Amino acid sequence: MSPSRRRDKELREEIASHLRMAIHDRIERGMRPDEAAADARRELGNISQIQEATRDVWGGRWLEALAQDLRYAARVFRRNRSFALVAVVSLALGIGANAALFQVVDAVRLQSLPVADPSSLVEVRIVDTEGARGNFETWHAAVTYPIWREIQARQQAFSGVFAWAADRFNLTNGGEVRVAQGLWVTGDFFGVLGVRPVIGRVLAAADDRPGCAPRAVLSYAFWQRAYGGSPTVIGQSLALSSRPVEIVGVAPAAFHGLEVGRTFDVALPVCADPVFSDDGKGRLPVGTDWWLSVFGRLKPGWSVERATAHLQAISSDLFHTTLPPTYPAESVTKYVNFKLAAYAGGSGLSHLRETYESPLWLLLGTAGLVLVIACANLANLLLARATARRREIAVRLSLGAARGRVIRQLLTESLLLAVIGGALGLLLAHTLSGFFVTLLDTQSDATSLALGLDWRVLGFTAALAFTTCALFGLAPAMNATRVSASSVMRATTRSTTSGRDVIGLRRALVVAQIALSVVLLFGSLLFARTLHNLTTADPGFNPRGIVIAGLTFRRLDVPADQRPSFRRGLVERLRGLPGVQAAATVRIVPLGGDAIGNDVWPEGDRPREFNSRFNTAGPGYFATLGIPLVGGRDFDERDAPQSTPVAIVSEAFAAKLLPGRSVVGARFTRQATPSSPEKTFEIIGVVKNSTYMDLREDLSPVAFLADAQSTGPASMQMMVRSGLPAGPLTAAITRTLADVDSRIGVTYSVMTADIQGTLVRERLLATLSGGFGVLAAILTLVGLYGLVAYTVARRTNEIGIRLALGARGSDIARLIVHETGVLLVVGIAAGIVLALAGGRAAASLLFGVRPHDPLTLFGAVAGLALIALGASYFPARRATKIEPVAALRVD
Amino acid sequence: MAKATRYQNRIELLQGTLDLLILQTLQWGPQHGYGIAQAIRAGSSDVLQVDTGSLYPALHRLERQKWIAATWKVSANKQRTRVYRLTAAGRRQLASERSRWEMLVDAMAGVLAKAERGEA
Repeated sequence: MSPSRRRDKELREEIASHLRMAIHDRIERGMRPDEAAADARRELGNISQIQEATRDVWGGRWLEALAQDLRYAARVFRRNRSFALVAVVSLALGIGANAALFQVVDAVRLQSLPVADPSSLVEVRIVDTEGARGNFETWHAAVTYPIWREIQARQQAFSGVFAWAADRFNLTNGGEVRVAQGLWVTGDFFGVLGVRPVIGRVLAAADDRPGCAPRAVLSYAFWQRAYGGSPTVIGQSLALSSRPVEIVGVAPAAFHGLEVGRTFDVALPVCADPVFSDDGKGRLPVGTDWWLSVFGRLKPGWSVERATAHLQAISSDLFHTTLPPTYPAESVTKYVNFKLAAYAGGSGLSHLRETYESPLWLLLGTAGLVLVIACANLANLLLARATARRREIAVRLSLGAARGRVIRQLLTESLLLAVIGGALGLLLAHTLSGFFVTLLDTQSDATSLALGLDWRVLGFTAALAFTTCALFGLAPAMNATRVSASSVMRATTRSTTSGRDVIGLRRALVVAQIALSVVLLFGSLLFARTLHNLTTADPGFNPRGIVIAGLTFRRLDVPADQRPSFRRGLVERLRGLPGVQAAATVRIVPLGGDAIGNDVWPEGDRPREFNSRFNTAGPGYFATLGIPLVGGRDFDERDAPQSTPVAIVSEAFAAKLLPGRSVVGARFTRQATPSSPEKTFEIIGVVKNSTYMDLREDLSPVAFLADAQSTGPASMQMMVRSGLPAGPLTAAITRTLADVDSRIGVTYSVMTADIQGTLVRERLLATLSGGFGVLAAILTLVGLYGLVAYTVARRTNEIGIRLALGARGSDIARLIVHETGVLLVVGIAAGIVLALAGGRAAASLLFGVRPHDPLTLFGAVAGLALIALGASYFPARRATKIEPVAALRVD
Repeated sequence: MAKATRYQNRIELLQGTLDLLILQTLQWGPQHGYGIAQAIRAGSSDVLQVDTGSLYPALHRLERQKWIAATWKVSANKQRTRVYRLTAAGRRQLASERSRWEMLVDAMAGVLAKAERGEA
């Protein structure tokens, strides 16, 4: 029994005992029992009124009233199932989409790292890296190892500081590569972050000594996946890229490293880097290998600004000390003037965040608009229902219900809808956000996000549900109770009672829906066209039927000077495979995301220097990719290591080097790089322009150097064109490579899929905004249909009279369509203004279409007009079919 | 007119005085609602009549304030009654309300006496 029920029962018993004693006393004084009972009752007064008054003393009345309202609301919905269903479903969809997007935004943008006191973590970076030369290994590479050592030695701002870098290891000893995501960490990494091991121990400063043996901390997920969570894993040896690594511990499940959106499998101390390098020295002594990110924990009382000031102060000495001897002379000034600064680092680094932050906010805004449209529909539905319930409300008001009480009752109904919709939305959100993350996944890039239900997501959803409740519930409730009871009671169900203000409000809601739908449709069309433009953009080569084989032959210890011939031998073997039409090597796969850029100039004419992209390709590369040679010749056996350095250049390169003249036979000079001095090349051929790194970029100058004239690393990319499906082809390649040497490792990717992978953001935007656009259009269709049908119903009498007086069906249809038309014109006009403003916000995410593209805008408007006409067609038709006599006889 | 005659010897209780009377009554020992009403009536020689519609809300209000506490007791003839007793906080409250009441009475008496003299 509930406490309030029990109190009620006890109160009744208490009053009953009072009455009993009063009767008893009276009988004792000599009254007749029936007289005594009557007298005692009279003295006691109205029992239920006593109970009411006493209950009021207890308080908690509002809770009872709420329970009563809720019971009443539930009864109303049980009687109007279809209304409740439409309302709950549209709310669940609207709230679900918003909550799902917010969950993703929360995960990539708002969440702090799951480490001790994330707010005191800062990242240390060079403010402007313009002029930094060398290899940049990852997108977040901030410093070289020598710079890191100096930061560690000189800094005073942090209680602890560490560096880390992401890398990949191969889990197999040959054949097809299985990738383990690796982290290089310095000794204090785990200590400063406050990450404790689940079993074993984490790496400490003692593990990070020069010449150390490789040791690894496993991630929890990898430990579960590869070892089934076995505790005996400590002390075991794990082969990473064919090197034995001792496992010392396992990190906790919540810890995914410092990059949001990517997890790690194994963490190794940076001192083990030489063991994994081709040359046995690795990146530690090299001042031009940029690979590490530096984080520190601020000392108590230190702010980010103070740390920055301190870092700026030590920068000059630091960069003078670490200036690499091979640094190209023209970049030295820039290097020694680099300035370090501290940046808030509590939420880690994220490539995902940099790429998707603005699209995600944009999509969240879009989803918000869809929710507003859904709310407008619900408000419209409730208004219609409130009109139907006028009698009921009027009766209640005239029986003495306070207006506030009736508004509260109506709001409770909306609240119940909002709470159910919100709860379902939250469930839906979980599925949807998982779906978003799979949209972000590509062939080569697995995305992992901690999509938890934290207080922010719950709070956001709750706030959304209550706001929407207020949005769609308040106006109808206010409106419904603003009636004079007598007029409604007197009036019949169908006449002129629904006031002008109600229909005006409903029209305004529909106009708003139309306007917002124009915006959403326009946006989704812009993104659809962007995606279309990019997928159909001509990259300048033909990716169809191309499989990219990434080979590593590090374990074979092929001497550097023999690598070109080794590579040529492998290409020959693959060309001989049945079904293979062409094969060639290349250093940088087009659209793969890597790039090399250097300044070049016509030999002896330095002032005319310009920046060019570089690549290295073997004979047959251009034929394999279908890039036409427009002048000169392809690479061939004449281009040997000892002969003149040669290059094939793109048309854009040729136009920059010698405008209007043939460049075959001409020579150009490339600036010095940390690994090679200034060098001059002879141009032997010119090829058509093709994209290098990004489908969106303009075709910039590219120079291809001869593969045979470059030693290159102990790995290579092979482009294989064939008519075979990818499966049998890769199996055949793997077998052939194993025949050559079982220690060769290989990974495969299909080029068309890789290119699709570069369009994830555009596809996400086009898919989701398209979905939202369609949803908005459907909701508007429903809203408009409802309004027109309502208008027809309201004007049945009038239409009956018109028909009786000789109006034709077409006149009536015109009447109805005219009403829709006015709403449409107003809504579309407002929508165009909003769409043009919104388009500007999305400008940076578009490709090949202007943010105010008139054709697209016309498409959105036309689409919506069509929907609107469709929405008014059926009610209009019904209006023309009204039987005049029946219409007049109603009531 | 009959109504007026019937109540001519009884005084409507001043707002707040019922609480004081209940606390005062309970000072002599635990008592149930009916008993409290009877004691007030008897103590005032039938002048003060406690309306049941005010008594029970007042009892429950005092209970919420924790000035009195209630328990169910079974009487000699096996009937359950709800019995109230004064708590320590109630005792303090009684003392303070009582002194407030005495101040009020003194003040009223003073004003009324002055008015009488003025009239004389």
